[in-house]
Amino acid sequence: MDVLSQPIGVAHYMAVGAILFVSGAVCMATKRNALGVLMGIELVLNGANINFVAFGSEFLQSEGSYGLGLDGHFVALFVIVLAAAEAAVALAIALNFYNNHSTVDVDRADELKG
Amino acid sequence: MDFSHWAPINWHTVFFLLFSIVACVFGVAVVLSSNIVRMALYLIVSLGAIAGLFFLAGADFVGSMQLLIYVGGTLVLLVFGVMLTAQGPFVSMKTGGGDWILAFLLSGCLLAILVPAGFSVRAWQNRPAAADAAEGHSSHGRAPAQLVSATDPHATKAPAKTEDAVDREVVQRNTAARIGMGLLGVRVDKLESPPSKLTGGMVGYLLPFEIVSVHLLVVLIGAAYLARTKKRAGGIGSGGVG
Repeated sequence: MDVLSQPIGVAHYMAVGAILFVSGAVCMATKRNALGVLMGIELVLNGANINFVAFGSEFLQSEGSYGLGLDGHFVALFVIVLAAAEAAVALAIALNFYNNHSTVDVDRADELKG
Repeated sequence: MDFSHWAPINWHTVFFLLFSIVACVFGVAVVLSSNIVRMALYLIVSLGAIAGLFFLAGADFVGSMQLLIYVGGTLVLLVFGVMLTAQGPFVSMKTGGGDWILAFLLSGCLLAILVPAGFSVRAWQNRPAAADAAEGHSSHGRAPAQLVSATDPHATKAPAKTEDAVDREVVQRNTAARIGMGLLGVRVDKLESPPSKLTGGMVGYLLPFEIVSVHLLVVLIGAAYLARTKKRAGGIGSGGVG
């Protein structure tokens, strides 16, 4: 039961953020579906957001150590809003690509290949 | 059984473990699944658990915005995209075996760098200073059995708040009002912090807020323009939908 009595620090949040970041990066690299790549981007942004919020939290820091304070929350909010904007545009592009090419396979989106 | 000799359970830790395990498991499941519809569902669960982590970290406004904007807005958009394109062969697209091996090799290396880097800084581990001193500043790994009890007066130097004080602090610590003032340009949380010349209106986030607002407007117009239905040149008949 020692695990349950240990306090949680920023490092634990960073570990969760790292796992989500890495799985998002793998998702972006391996998925052939364009929407799967988008989901990987969402995971990566959330992994970064966890770090911002953890550094901005007063409850996770040791006494007297330096944290981001409320600035971490602001950056996390901007990341959320920008992720929504990015998802809207990327989905529009993906739907346009699907209408023109009748596929969502990113491997076949090679019209610009020289 | 006699539970009295056990260390008191830290409920923050319990809920952190719950939410983090759900978030990580479903995040990895997004990668491992090849069905796009299931990936969307796993992503929704994972982001919801991340919102729980935000609430645990004291970021109530960011957590609720995560639920409202991300889970309620962005992912609904993604699900609509999935429903519009998931037809026939596009529901389940497999990745080759060589790609998986390479991806897991590289991601394992990245994970092996990131996680020990997070745990290697002592200030990020939220342990009382007395425990650090007793351990002799070992730079990595958690303490083996630091049973920090709230009733032990000399073991806990840093978190010396009583339970009542902590409760009152939690009530006063909701961040929505401070974030709203900060977005308007007044940092009410930094009124006393140096440099005094910069406080009181100069360190807020009014300009980024305006930039993001205009950015969202441009993006929405652009997305509606890009995704509009148009007649295909030389298409089948007239008035074809999408």
